[in-house]
Amino acid sequence: MTQEPRTEITEQPGEPSILAPGHTFASVSDKIGSIVLARGTRLGWLVGFTLSFLLLMILVLSISVLLLKGVGIWGVNIPVGWGFAIINFVWWIGIGHAGTLISAILLLLRQTWRTSINRFAEAMTLFAVACAGLFPLIHMGRPWFFYWMTPYPSTMGLWPNFRSPLVWDVFAVSTYGTVSLLFWFVGLIPDLATLRDRSKNRAARKIYGILAMGWRGSAVHWHRYEVASLLLAGLATPLVVSVHTVVSFDFTIGIIPGWHSTIFPPYFVAGAIYAGFAMVLLIAIPLRAVYGLQDFITAKHLRNMAKVLLATSMIVSYGYMMEAFFAWYSGNPYEKSMILSRMTGPYAWIYWMLLACNLVTPQLLWFARVRDSIPGLFAISLVVSLGMWLERFVIVVTSLSRDFLPSSWGMYYPTRWDYGTFLGSIGLFLTLLFLFIRFLPMISIFEMRTLLPEAEVEEHGGRH
Amino acid sequence: MVAATETPLYGLMAEFTDATAIVAAARKAHCSGYRKMDAFSPFPIEELGEALGYHTRGRLPKLVLAGGLAGCALGFALQYWCNAVDYPLNIGGRPLNSWPSFIPITFEMTILAASLAAVLGMLALNGLPRPYHPVFNVPEFRLASRDRFFLCIEASDAKFDPDATRSFLEGLSPGHVYEVAS
Repeated sequence: MTQEPRTEITEQPGEPSILAPGHTFASVSDKIGSIVLARGTRLGWLVGFTLSFLLLMILVLSISVLLLKGVGIWGVNIPVGWGFAIINFVWWIGIGHAGTLISAILLLLRQTWRTSINRFAEAMTLFAVACAGLFPLIHMGRPWFFYWMTPYPSTMGLWPNFRSPLVWDVFAVSTYGTVSLLFWFVGLIPDLATLRDRSKNRAARKIYGILAMGWRGSAVHWHRYEVASLLLAGLATPLVVSVHTVVSFDFTIGIIPGWHSTIFPPYFVAGAIYAGFAMVLLIAIPLRAVYGLQDFITAKHLRNMAKVLLATSMIVSYGYMMEAFFAWYSGNPYEKSMILSRMTGPYAWIYWMLLACNLVTPQLLWFARVRDSIPGLFAISLVVSLGMWLERFVIVVTSLSRDFLPSSWGMYYPTRWDYGTFLGSIGLFLTLLFLFIRFLPMISIFEMRTLLPEAEVEEHGGRH
Repeated sequence: MVAATETPLYGLMAEFTDATAIVAAARKAHCSGYRKMDAFSPFPIEELGEALGYHTRGRLPKLVLAGGLAGCALGFALQYWCNAVDYPLNIGGRPLNSWPSFIPITFEMTILAASLAAVLGMLALNGLPRPYHPVFNVPEFRLASRDRFFLCIEASDAKFDPDATRSFLEGLSPGHVYEVAS
């Protein structure tokens, strides 16, 4: 059998590798495992967790007031009936997409560099979907009737209207959440077994043991495990594309100028990957610094992610250009006045800020020096996250604020409860992320082992 | 899983320190006629299952396909029955069976059912969750999830003989050979 060249991990001058040299099976296992088992609860973690938890309490307060008083506490009204809730929903669900992209699509494409970032990117997906799912629920006004959207034999004898994109959304987002959870959990099983076997604390050993379900690393089990992972990756890939497509259908199926456009599905999916990679960078950069993971999340990872960011920024920018082009080329006066109102109307400053964030700023990534600068990447990722939020604001608010009749025009002004809910959802996300970092291995240990040269079986004389 | 025999011994287990050695050992054991055995490694080794004589064409892909098809059929049937049969809904004069608008949910249900089949099928075929297993009786076995590789020949194997099998395993130059209590 010929050896496959494993060039990614041999150190070449000038080209950083995806795993620093000198590691063994034991050192990889111990280094990642000890972050959870031996490091304990440090002050830095406690401070970060406390701040996140305080933000989460803002969410609890905002939702409590919402449940007491109703959606009137938000700035939404006619004509702008979709405010922050839908903007935040689309923003969060988009962020989630990078996790699935890294874990599924890059797995199918055999991009081994994904190995050290897929675990926390998948966790990010899960938490982002949790934040996203919250918003349509609380936007319903009477969230306690959410189950009306699901097909169940009700005493009213009614069924949901399955031709409605809002019902598609329920199925798409809940399927996405479930499959992301399954994918993440399946990936965790062998690592949970590692934690079970290495933990010295009795309670921890019990809990990890229950979660690991008795995994013992049998060759036959591993084989089925690999088949299941590959199949899940193959299933998650079309799923992730479909989810944001369905989210974009919430807009495109309507006849609102600025929404009724065929460019939306691909442009939404690209935007999702764009926002998601920005968030992965925002998480990866502090993590590798605080936990000393530079051996595993190397300069090459950051560089690759910067390139994905640049590529998706170009796709998204193409979407912005085509929106304007379609409005002009269609000759439809409503579409035309829509895009003019975006560029020159009361929300014009947000539109131009969005272009500055999403089209202009990422162009800096053409320069290798910017791609290699960690503070630079962090700053660009922050700008991109803001830009993607503004994009959703522009899409949701500007189209709705200009109704077909000028007499029905109206402005949308978010209230402090709108901001509170948004900030609070960031708190929910960060709280979950802090708990994840503390209690679960943030890098897939068993997959890191497969990156080592020793993982390769040397056989002479061929296979039967 | 293999039923435990009357003997208190579950089998004999040899410990190795690298991937190449465990694959070679598994292959030799298979060639020597041992069948009821298993190998344990801290990460998936493609060649290992094959070396043990495990045929890689399993049932899991078929299960996933069946799950996907069932999800697809049920997803569509649900929408058709609800909106066209049980409570016909006329939305904008579209046909009652407006199948193009039923595609997104049909697709999502396909993926959901296939994914559930993949995960639950993998666990069921692997016999998991199974918190107790005789191999865990060997204290050193906890290194199987870190950096050690184990080959366990079960006492229920037809060719198993406590002494002959032990000397066979020792002939593979392992780090150790352990007795596994059942």
